[in-house]
Amino acid sequence: MADISANFLGIKSPNPFWLASAPPTDKKINVLRAFEAGWGGVVWKTLGSQVKNVSSRYSAVNFGGHKIMGFNNIELISDRPLDINLKEISECIKLFPDRAMVVSLMADNDRNSWHELIMKVEDTGAHGLELNFGCPHGMTERGMGAAVGQDPQIAAMVVEWVMEKTTIPVITKLTPNVHSPVPTGIACVKAGTNALSLINTIQSVTGIDLDTLVPNPYVAGKSVFGGYCGPAVKPIALKMLTTISQDPVTSKVPISGIGGVSTWRDAVEFMLLGASNVQVCTAAMKHGFRIVEDMCEGLNNWMDDKGYATIYDFIGKSVEKITHWEDLDINYHHIAKINQDKCIHCGLCYIACEDTSHQSINLNYGKPYNTYTIKEEECVGCNLCQLMCPVTDCITMEEHRVAPDYINWKMWQEEGKPLNDH
Amino acid sequence: MAIINNRLTKEQYEKNFSDIHPPFETQDAALVEANRCLFCYDAPCMKSCPTSIDVPKFIKQISTGNIKGSAHTIFSSNILGASCSKVCPVEKLCEGACVYNLMDEEAIPIAKLQRYSTEIAMKNNWQLFKRKDAPLGDGGRKKVAIIGAGPAGLSCAHTLSKEGVDVTIYEKESKGGGLMTYGIAAYKVTPQFCEDEVNYITAIGGIEIKYHQKLGVNVSLEELQENYDAVYLAIGVGLARQLEIPGEDLNGVEDAIKFIYNLRNIEYSTVAVGDKVAVIGMGMTAIDAATQAKRLGAKEVTMLYRRTEHEKPCTQVELDIAMLDGCNIIWLAAPKEILGQDGKVNAIVCSKMQLEQLDASGRRSPVDTGETFTLEVDMVIKAAGQMPFESLVKNYSIDNKSGKVVINKNCETNIPGVFAGGDAVNGGKEVVDAVQAGKDGAKGILEFLSRKDG
Repeated sequence: MADISANFLGIKSPNPFWLASAPPTDKKINVLRAFEAGWGGVVWKTLGSQVKNVSSRYSAVNFGGHKIMGFNNIELISDRPLDINLKEISECIKLFPDRAMVVSLMADNDRNSWHELIMKVEDTGAHGLELNFGCPHGMTERGMGAAVGQDPQIAAMVVEWVMEKTTIPVITKLTPNVHSPVPTGIACVKAGTNALSLINTIQSVTGIDLDTLVPNPYVAGKSVFGGYCGPAVKPIALKMLTTISQDPVTSKVPISGIGGVSTWRDAVEFMLLGASNVQVCTAAMKHGFRIVEDMCEGLNNWMDDKGYATIYDFIGKSVEKITHWEDLDINYHHIAKINQDKCIHCGLCYIACEDTSHQSINLNYGKPYNTYTIKEEECVGCNLCQLMCPVTDCITMEEHRVAPDYINWKMWQEEGKPLNDH
Repeated sequence: MAIINNRLTKEQYEKNFSDIHPPFETQDAALVEANRCLFCYDAPCMKSCPTSIDVPKFIKQISTGNIKGSAHTIFSSNILGASCSKVCPVEKLCEGACVYNLMDEEAIPIAKLQRYSTEIAMKNNWQLFKRKDAPLGDGGRKKVAIIGAGPAGLSCAHTLSKEGVDVTIYEKESKGGGLMTYGIAAYKVTPQFCEDEVNYITAIGGIEIKYHQKLGVNVSLEELQENYDAVYLAIGVGLARQLEIPGEDLNGVEDAIKFIYNLRNIEYSTVAVGDKVAVIGMGMTAIDAATQAKRLGAKEVTMLYRRTEHEKPCTQVELDIAMLDGCNIIWLAAPKEILGQDGKVNAIVCSKMQLEQLDASGRRSPVDTGETFTLEVDMVIKAAGQMPFESLVKNYSIDNKSGKVVINKNCETNIPGVFAGGDAVNGGKEVVDAVQAGKDGAKGILEFLSRKDG
């Protein structure tokens, strides 16, 4: 059995799966249930000045019969009284001392407010702080949340205030509602943050009710942009994570990966791109805390299969595999191959290629079943047909290098090779 | 032993004759299945439908919530799409070709999804087609007479009406729908549904159905030729093939078509059935007759077929219904003689057969072994194929093959302006084949009418 325990800035947890700062972590009853279910840690829902929430708060994007491919919310930070939150935090720490307890914070934009809040939270025995510089709705209008994270200078200033006071590790949570999270990330690291986490939610409109014409979520005939999350945002999160992992400044600090993590596979992908642990919210909101069981078992089995003894044996291993386009090997070529024994004759590969790609598939008419074969000389190896095919391993991409040697775009140009091969 | 009615309670009749393939209860249930559809290109299901319904398209439309579009897609190809969704042997048509079969997964329940859209359309009386305007100039709308308001006649009428032709249908019964109304097991489709469907189809306008009008009795072909621009014969087929064996005239020997006709025309409790019933044949009608007899309360129903299971004309799904209903099946048994007492059936003698060389149908032909066995029965239902209206066709000097009307590629008979299609031509196939025949007939007629103009 592999060791899946994690040590993030000295904050230990039996597994690298934390619940992100969100509704699942805003009360003792939820957090105790999460710990009982096996979650390695929580980031307690953001504490700050007293707010009031609206009804409704969530909406979702469904796809192909599956509910909640994407999810958004317009909820604010914790609307419970601060002293109740603090009392419950310390009770949870006492009941589950082996789990990570990090508290998310968003104080008013002045040094004293931050200092006061930090002192109160440290008194609970919390293991770390996460600075919420990402919430994209409600708080931004008050100069907080994403309003901080979108401006590297302001973000750095707040991080400095925090670092003056705190005695426990600090994670700064970055907003994706920027061209790149790297400038703010660099500023925060330079200002002293001990770690970064990303991504927070993405501003969004999930859809519109075609009867009332009011977008979702509905609040008395109106709506606002909500923060988007769930499986739909994972690719964006992975990209932003990669940029943080590859930057020489931000890569110096540990990163907590967030954004659509639903399974152990997602978690492994985040970790391969440099996250030291992951935070989960939407998947838990959809299925309950029990999903952590398979996350632990799946991770463990995968690590055993691959021979990784600890999570630190594979964290970051894919970071260097994402390169610049101009460094890609132009001599690499692969061609689709259809396994006729597995083909179910649905024609999805054919129509995708014929209508929208390179007309590289032959259709031999049959009643009722057509036969489809690849025109090897036409295939550009785009993968589209393989992506369409409903049968696993029916279409495979077979390597047919153009030439054995590596040559990239820059070299190609320097050598004056022909550009148009049509 | 006796042939009596009123064998069951009201509740039992209701249960026995309720819908054998219940519809989706909710939109969510339909969506689960609609979302499984792969949306195949040049889809095998579509190619296996005689009317070429664009199945992937109509299923996709269900999943996007465009039920009206879905119904339009179905009805554009098959105006009897609602009843076909209930009576088609889909296991050998669309669903049998579904690519999921090749993954050893359950096929998409295409018929059930088709029923979902078409029933909503009918319930809301969505009129999805508009007739073309009457042509300008003299003459106005063309007029076509159709004999028979069965699937072929209705399909032809609807297609012609859409194109702006006025249609009059002459129907010998008191209701439209043909064998849909009168010749199919009640648990598949009810007479009320058939009536609703006829009304839905004719609501496009331009289609008048004259009931109790039998060709050769109340109306003559000559008269129709004179009064209309073209005539379409969709007269179907008649009674069950004679067995040509001794004892066939005994009381208790019934024709499957008549038996089912009765069942669908009057209260179930008033339909008499024997204690021990033999059904001759293994086609869809034979299955319907056997299962209906059992569900009316017959104690024992035995189906006799002269070939083996391998050659059976019904589908496995149909055979399973009969077997689950508790019908006995005897393969390689040909009726030789029906025995009786006091003019009433009391037994049937069968020859034991064996299969030998391939015959003209490509199946091994059954040959009498000389051995016989006798079954004690009080009712014999004949369902060994139906007979075309041979004498009617011959009286009008219409080219035919043993009564089956011969047509050219435009669906025209040897008499110019007289077209034909459906069971009258093919000898008896599925409803969906008749629907396509009606479309083909309409196409031929429209070409004929435009030629006539030119």
